[in-house]
Amino acid sequence: MRVLGLDIGSRTVDAVWLEDGRVTDSVIADSGFDPAAVARGFVERGAHDALVATGYGRHAARDAFSCGVVTEIKAYGLGVHALFPQAGSVLDIGGQDTKVIVLGDDGRVTDFEMNDKCAAGTGKFLEVMARALGFDLAHMAEQALNAQGDEIQISSMCTVFAESEVTGLVHRGEDRAAIARGLHVAIAKRTLGSLKRIRATGPLVFAGGVANNEAMVRLIRAGFDGEVLVPTTAQTVGALGAALSYSDGS
Amino acid sequence: MTDTATDYHQMWAELGLDLPMHDALLEAVGGMYGSTFMTQNNRPAGMGYLDFVMSEVHGLRIKELDDFRKNGGKVVGTYCLYVPEELIRAAGAWSVGICAGAEWAYDEVEQILPRNTCALIKSMMGFKLGMVCPYLEEADLLIGETTCDGKKKAYEELGKLQNLHVMELPQMKREKDVAFWRSELVDLIAKLEELTGNKITAESLSAAIKEVNDKRRALQRIAAARAADPAPISGLDALLAVQVAFYDDVPRFTASMNALADELDARVSAGAGVAPKGAKRVLITGTPMALPNWKLHEIVEKAGGVVVGEEMCTGSRYYEKLVSEDATTVDDMLDDIAAKYLDINCACFTPNTGRIDDVIRMAKDLGADGVIDYALNFCGTYQIESAGVAKAVQAADMPVLRIETDYSAEDVGQLSTRVEAFLEML
Repeated sequence: MRVLGLDIGSRTVDAVWLEDGRVTDSVIADSGFDPAAVARGFVERGAHDALVATGYGRHAARDAFSCGVVTEIKAYGLGVHALFPQAGSVLDIGGQDTKVIVLGDDGRVTDFEMNDKCAAGTGKFLEVMARALGFDLAHMAEQALNAQGDEIQISSMCTVFAESEVTGLVHRGEDRAAIARGLHVAIAKRTLGSLKRIRATGPLVFAGGVANNEAMVRLIRAGFDGEVLVPTTAQTVGALGAALSYSDGS
Repeated sequence: MTDTATDYHQMWAELGLDLPMHDALLEAVGGMYGSTFMTQNNRPAGMGYLDFVMSEVHGLRIKELDDFRKNGGKVVGTYCLYVPEELIRAAGAWSVGICAGAEWAYDEVEQILPRNTCALIKSMMGFKLGMVCPYLEEADLLIGETTCDGKKKAYEELGKLQNLHVMELPQMKREKDVAFWRSELVDLIAKLEELTGNKITAESLSAAIKEVNDKRRALQRIAAARAADPAPISGLDALLAVQVAFYDDVPRFTASMNALADELDARVSAGAGVAPKGAKRVLITGTPMALPNWKLHEIVEKAGGVVVGEEMCTGSRYYEKLVSEDATTVDDMLDDIAAKYLDINCACFTPNTGRIDDVIRMAKDLGADGVIDYALNFCGTYQIESAGVAKAVQAADMPVLRIETDYSAEDVGQLSTRVEAFLEML
C-alpha cells in the first residue's frame, strides 16, 4: 500500500511517499504561483494507491483530486510522533505561520496554538530581514550564530516595520551580524513565550522550514526547559504526517 | 431573498431608510442565508417557518409593526436579554430585539467609537448611523443597559440619535443588588406606562409572563432534542430559532417552534439526524451571536461537526429559566421577574462561576465531545472568563478550543483550520 502525503503550503509543496509505512521518496518544491499545478505534478507520477493532503491548499487538493484531508496540526503531530515517539510537544515555524502542539502520552494532539494572524517571526520574516541585511538566508543564520559584541534589540515584531528598523540600523553603521542575532533573539523570545503559554513539555521537536536555521535552533534550545530535537527531515514532517494519517484510523 | 411578490420600498422610504444601502444589506444577508442555511442537508420541515421569516425579515414583520403602530401600538427595541420582555408586553407594547450581527458603516462608526471596540457594539451603531434597520426606525423607545463598558458608553451616543432609556444593571447579585434591580424595573414600568398610556396590571402582567414562558418552553423542547445522537437539528438552525425569538410575534413564534419541536421529537424516536453518525458534537459557549452572525456555527458544521448547544444569551440563557407563574399581585410578580432575570449568568456580573457550572452541565447533558469558548475581540469580560472556562472544561476531561474573533471574513480560513484540527482531536 503506497500512500502519498502532500503538504501544500504557501512557500513550498512537499511530498512524501510511504510504502507499508516506510518513506520511499520525498520532494520539496517551490509553490510558485500555482501550488495546485505543483501538487498535480506529484499526483501524476501515479506512484501511489492513496492520497492525503494537508496545508493551506488541502481543500483545493480535495476538490481537484478527491483525496483525504487532514489539518497541519494533526499531520505534524503524527509525523513527529513517528519520528520521535517520546516527543511531548512540537514547534513548527513555517513560511507564514507558527504552530505549537502539545502531544499526549500516545502521541495524539491534546492542545495547540497557531499564531497565524501575521507573519511576524516566521520564515517570511527571516527572508525579508535577510534581504534587508544583504545576506542570503543560510549566511544570515551563520552570521547570527557567530555575532560578537553588544546585543541589538529590535523593537518591532511587525515584518514591515522591523525591516524599516533594520535598514535604519544598517545605515547607522551597526554590525549586520549583531542585527541578525537581535532578530533571531526577538523571534526566539516570542516563540518561547508561546511554548510557555501552552505549557509545552519536552522533548520538544522543532520542525518546519525554520528548524533548518542553526541560530534559531541554538536559541530555542537555550531557552526551552527540556530537550529540543530537530529531525533531519524537518521540512517534510507535515507531508509525512499526512501520509501516515491514512492508516491512522480516525 | 428580495421579495418579488410585495415591494416594500415605499414603506422603507417612509421610515427614512437609506434605500440603496438597505438594498445592498438585504442582498448580502439574503446571499449569506442561502449559502449558509439552504445548503444544509435533511433540515426539519418545520424550519420552513424560519426560512419564511428570514425571507420577509424586513418586509412582512415590519409591516406588522407598522400596522400595529398606526393603530396606536408602541414598539420597544432592546439589545439585551436582561430587559424583561414581560413588562413591555404587559404594557401592551411589543418587544423587538435589535440585530447587531454584521459589520456595517464602520467608517461612520469609527468617527464616534474606537476602532478597537467589540463588533457587536460597532454593528449596533453602524445599523443606526447607516439608516439601514427598519426595526430601529419603528421603535418608539429603545432600552439600553449598563452591561459592559462598551455598551454603557456607546448608549450615550445612541441616545443622541433616538429615544433611549438606559437601565442600570447591577454588577453583582447580592440581596441589595436584586433590590436595586427591582427598583430599575419599577422605573421601567413607569416609562412604559407613560409611553403606551396603559397601566400594567396583575392581569396583563400575569398574561405576559405566561406568554413569554410558553415561548421559552418551546425553545427548551428544541434544546432538549439536541441531546440525541444523531442530533435532529443543526446548530445553525437552532441558533436561528433563538435569534428570531427576540423579535418575532410571540404566540405565532411559540406555535411554530412547538410544531418544530414535535417534529424533532419524532426524528429522535426514529433515530433521524442532520449529520452522519460519528459527527463530532460541540458545545459553544461565550458572547451572544446576534443576527446575522452565523460565522462560527457555519465553520464548525461545514467542517463536519454538529453544534449541539449554545451556552450564551442567544442560546440557553434565553430560555433555560422561567418566571414563576404563581404570583397574583404585580408586586410579587416583580419580585419573581427581578429574581429570574438576575439569575442569568452573563460575564458582565462578578462573580460569574455559575456560568462555568452551566457549561460543564450542558456539555454532559448534551453529549458534547468538546467545547468551543467563543469571545468577540475586545470583549474584556468574556475574554477574561475564557481561561477559567477552558480550565474547568479540561478538568472535566473534555477538550476545549478558545476562539477570539469578530464578524469579518478575514480570518475564516484560519478559524476553519483551527476548528478542523479541534474536531480531529475529539
